[in-house]
Amino acid sequence: MSETNVGADDLHHPTKTMSVSDEVVIEINSMHKWYGSFHVLKDINLKVSHGERIVVCGPSGSGKSTAIRCINRLEEHQKGQIIVNGIELTNDLKKIDEIRREVGMCFQHFNLFPHLSILENLVLAPMWVRNIPRNEAVETAMKYLERVKIPEQAAKYPGQLSGGQQQRVAIARSLCMNPKIMLFDEPTSALDPEMIKEVLDVMIELAEEGMTMICVTHEMGFAKTVANRVIFMDEGEIIEENEPNQFFDNPQHERTQLFLSQILAH
Amino acid sequence: MAEQRQYEVGLHPDLPPPASTTGAIGWVRANLISSPVNTLFTVFAIYLVYTMIPPMLDWLIFDAAWVGDDNSVCKNETGGPIAAACWPFIKVWITPFMFGRYPESELWRIKITYGLFGIALLALLIPQIPFKKWFALFLLLPFPIICFYMYVGGSFGLMYVETNLWGGLFLTLVIAITGIVASLPIGIILALGRRSNMPVVKAICVAFIELWRGVPLISILFMSSVMFPLFMPEGVNFDKLLRALVGVTLFSSAYMAEVVRGGLQAIPKGQYEGAKALGLNFGKMMYFIVMPQALKLVIPGIVNTFIGLFKDTTLVGVIGLLDFLAMIQAGSSNPKWLGYLTTGFAFAALVYWCFCFGMSQYSQHLERKLHTGH
Repeated sequence: MSETNVGADDLHHPTKTMSVSDEVVIEINSMHKWYGSFHVLKDINLKVSHGERIVVCGPSGSGKSTAIRCINRLEEHQKGQIIVNGIELTNDLKKIDEIRREVGMCFQHFNLFPHLSILENLVLAPMWVRNIPRNEAVETAMKYLERVKIPEQAAKYPGQLSGGQQQRVAIARSLCMNPKIMLFDEPTSALDPEMIKEVLDVMIELAEEGMTMICVTHEMGFAKTVANRVIFMDEGEIIEENEPNQFFDNPQHERTQLFLSQILAH
Repeated sequence: MAEQRQYEVGLHPDLPPPASTTGAIGWVRANLISSPVNTLFTVFAIYLVYTMIPPMLDWLIFDAAWVGDDNSVCKNETGGPIAAACWPFIKVWITPFMFGRYPESELWRIKITYGLFGIALLALLIPQIPFKKWFALFLLLPFPIICFYMYVGGSFGLMYVETNLWGGLFLTLVIAITGIVASLPIGIILALGRRSNMPVVKAICVAFIELWRGVPLISILFMSSVMFPLFMPEGVNFDKLLRALVGVTLFSSAYMAEVVRGGLQAIPKGQYEGAKALGLNFGKMMYFIVMPQALKLVIPGIVNTFIGLFKDTTLVGVIGLLDFLAMIQAGSSNPKWLGYLTTGFAFAALVYWCFCFGMSQYSQHLERKLHTGH
């Protein structure tokens, strides 16, 4: 994997101007998860404040995707505590829905709804989850399509768009719900190289506006520019956690060093 | 092979394909005589058409008796039936074939519902006509109720007509359409139940599906007409047609459930996750995201089940219901019309084929219409 498709100097340095408040929006306390008898997540502890941009990295199979998928309960944890936006995740379906309304998520494979046009993809949840009237939902949808720079595609179907465009639609779809937190699960891993930048640009813009973000990604350039904290996971544990300059220039743990040397080597 | 380049590098225009690969000759070359085996099949197909089509046309059209109001036109010199179709047989018997023994003075009741159905269906099928939603709603809700009161009678000053007088194509349509309309929603519910995480719900649905699917329809119909009344207390009696309707519906809903389940299994996990992550609850996720995609995928299977059901309605003949096919058999066992059963069957085949082909065509149209390029 190349170091990144977005060279750090391509970007202005938004991190410096972005503020992080003290308000904790996600709190994970000694969370464990098992698949059957396989212990995938071990004693995860994480506090995320409002406005933070966190990048989670690590080798494949390290549990990083599973960890962020626990935050909106796409995966169930078996032990410990997850509190999102002041609500603790339990089996209570109402609370799960309440959390999912406030937490947007973008997936590696976009997961757009192929039977609906782009516009319908965007207005569905606002209309049927938030009960927003259609014309208002359409207005919001067009606003966000404008922001991800593809308003002209509104009437098309996901299958007619390129991967990069689809991922931007997916981001716009999440934003239409006006979420407080955005989760990104390897948003650029399935994209052709020339399309990665257009997606990262949208994510950077989002970060500049102060969105709380947790990103699982291999885009180290993005991590350097945007993140205020980088978390390294391996074998289900958080191995190291640091602000990006320290993390990349002076990794403490030998597994972090190994990982970084592998992905930055060539 | 240093051939002179015709165009500069980077300036090569798009050229038309060679003439031998386009047009009618190109098509014949590519499709009919592309290889020795292909040529052999083509010759064989021409031979089959040559040997089968002319005698069939002779029987159906050229040698057939067309005009007349009694059996005299369908007899040969020795007084036996002619060796071709006898269409006056159909003409004379058309009312019983269509409506069974339904009282002739009351036939207008059926015809009105046919008219309503036809108008609503046309409105749904012709793209230019607005208010599609209302026509669909009319067909689903008030229309069956109107039909029920029209057909059965006994209220609103209409004469009561016993269901054992119902028959012919009318009865076939009543059974087929009831079965088709009721089996889809029941099948969807069963399919969802079978995929449920709740063991009890799942067990009930699995048991139901496997029970009904594991038994021949004919034995279900026998059970409903012969065995079922034995289990009922004295004096309690359900209408025979109603019992057959329930049997046919549940039978095909078990098949439908498995078809729909196949569609559900083909929906990627990501679709569920995308919907959940947006905060859609189970019902909305199923209604807006999963079901539309799953049902679209299995349109061929659904229509297959519908067509199967439509033709299976002929089995109600064995419990004494006089459906279309049974009426034709009854007609040709009339002493005056002995020997014209083949004509009757040809007519039946034509009618069944028209309905089934129509369903098939509509399903293909639907598939094309719902295709969104993925």
